Amino acid sequence: MTIADKGPRTRPFEANWLARIGWLLLALYVVYAGAQLGFSWQRFSDGLGQGGKFIARMFPPNFTRWELLMSGIVESLQIAVLSTVVGIVISLPVGLLAARNLMPAWVTWPARGFIALCRSFHPIIVAILFVKAVGFGALAGILALIIASIGFISKLFAEAIEEISLKQVEAVRATGAGFTHILIMGVQPQVLPRFIGFAAYQLDSNLRNSTMVGIVGGGGIGATLFTAYQRFDYDFVLAMLIVIVAMIMVAEIVTGWARKVFQ
Amino acid sequence: MPVLVGQPPPAKSASADDGALVIRKLCKEYQPGVPVLKSIDLEVPGHGVTAVIGPSGTGKSTLIRCINRLVEPTSGQILFRGTDLAALRSSRELRAARRRIGMVFQEYNLVERLTVMENLLCGRLGYVPPWRAWLRLFPEADVAHAFHLLDAVGLGDFATRRADALSGGQRQRVGIARAIMQAPEIILADEPTSSLDPKTSVEIMELLSRLGGERNIPVIVNIHNVELAKRFAQRIVGMAGGEVVYAGPPEGLSDDILRRIYGGQSWLE
Repeated sequence: MTIADKGPRTRPFEANWLARIGWLLLALYVVYAGAQLGFSWQRFSDGLGQGGKFIARMFPPNFTRWELLMSGIVESLQIAVLSTVVGIVISLPVGLLAARNLMPAWVTWPARGFIALCRSFHPIIVAILFVKAVGFGALAGILALIIASIGFISKLFAEAIEEISLKQVEAVRATGAGFTHILIMGVQPQVLPRFIGFAAYQLDSNLRNSTMVGIVGGGGIGATLFTAYQRFDYDFVLAMLIVIVAMIMVAEIVTGWARKVFQ
Repeated sequence: MPVLVGQPPPAKSASADDGALVIRKLCKEYQPGVPVLKSIDLEVPGHGVTAVIGPSGTGKSTLIRCINRLVEPTSGQILFRGTDLAALRSSRELRAARRRIGMVFQEYNLVERLTVMENLLCGRLGYVPPWRAWLRLFPEADVAHAFHLLDAVGLGDFATRRADALSGGQRQRVGIARAIMQAPEIILADEPTSSLDPKTSVEIMELLSRLGGERNIPVIVNIHNVELAKRFAQRIVGMAGGEVVYAGPPEGLSDDILRRIYGGQSWLE
């Protein structure tokens, strides 16, 4: 029988009606939600004018209260660094316990549950909880960002451990090495560069978040920023924004350098 | 040559046989009712190279991994210098047994991001507490022995190179040196040449048989290349369908027996 004899073929690509209906529903909902919220072109063009005025009032940036600014920034930086360091120290064992290729299921499930719990709320909501619990100030912000860090990095740590080459681990195990040996010589070398990358990313993220927890009373520059907004001190706001951007950029350079060292 | 700490005395087998390793009725089923190894009976002499040949999927790797229990045997005995490895229950006993057994892998299985020296010292992990390994505070004798072995495998200048910077042949040399670092009483090599070119394969087999011979360490090697097996092994074990169908000297490996091991006909002509 030749190829031509096989008769008519089925279509090469099957239509996925379920997916098509899904996309259609999503599009309909977006239109519906937009209509519900009462957007209009009028409002948008008015808003642009307001925005223009707002930006105009920002210039020139006002650095006269630089002491207030710097004390806020320094506190934000401390919140970010402390919460990152403590968060990582806690995330290392939690991530290991959650790695399904090295741990039995009865260990990974509780660990994964704990991580999911830490991830479920936005840092601001956790910060509100901690402000209620331990009072206003940097401690509440630090605790909130520790929780956020654990939720984020433990999961990434666990995934990095799950992606290691088990051949290398097998070879170390075959020498008669114990579990701790295997972690030190078989697992750690494989995951270290990725861990450094995640830690750097988390520091970056905590720097940004640390400028925000202040809005709900968690310490740092956030409170000053929020007050300045409310008092229409837009030139001071711009000064703070410039310093925050500079801080993030410096952190980017430093973490990039750290990544290179541990390549 | 530096003396290694922790090297157990070469104990003589309690039983009458001269074999370093005696396997009796070894069975392995990954899924119940589907045996990969069907009651293997095998004796490995206390010196020289024993080559295990056979088609892919016939359980050669499983057999070799049952010996150091990287794979759990389903039933049977593995008598190694008088101890039944299959019967070891506590992880401490198992680790003590594993450090007496060196292993060489098809894909080298070096820890890629560690240096050559660190990979060699991995062979001493059975003797060194974790905190020392972590701080890289290995005993001086171990480090001296590692340098000596690097020279012996022709990689004297590579100690501080990272394993992922080496070629395949160089990696396998490191793999062999790591196994010898354990001061093992037997070496298991699982397809050590299958990822290498023909010339390097010969060099690796030469190295394995020379280092094993000098130290009087018996070597069991799984190998696909029948010619290499005949050239380097003093004893050939042919496996087919999870059973041993031939065990004897390389000269006894007739075409008839090869047909029994691999099946078919045309490939022999």
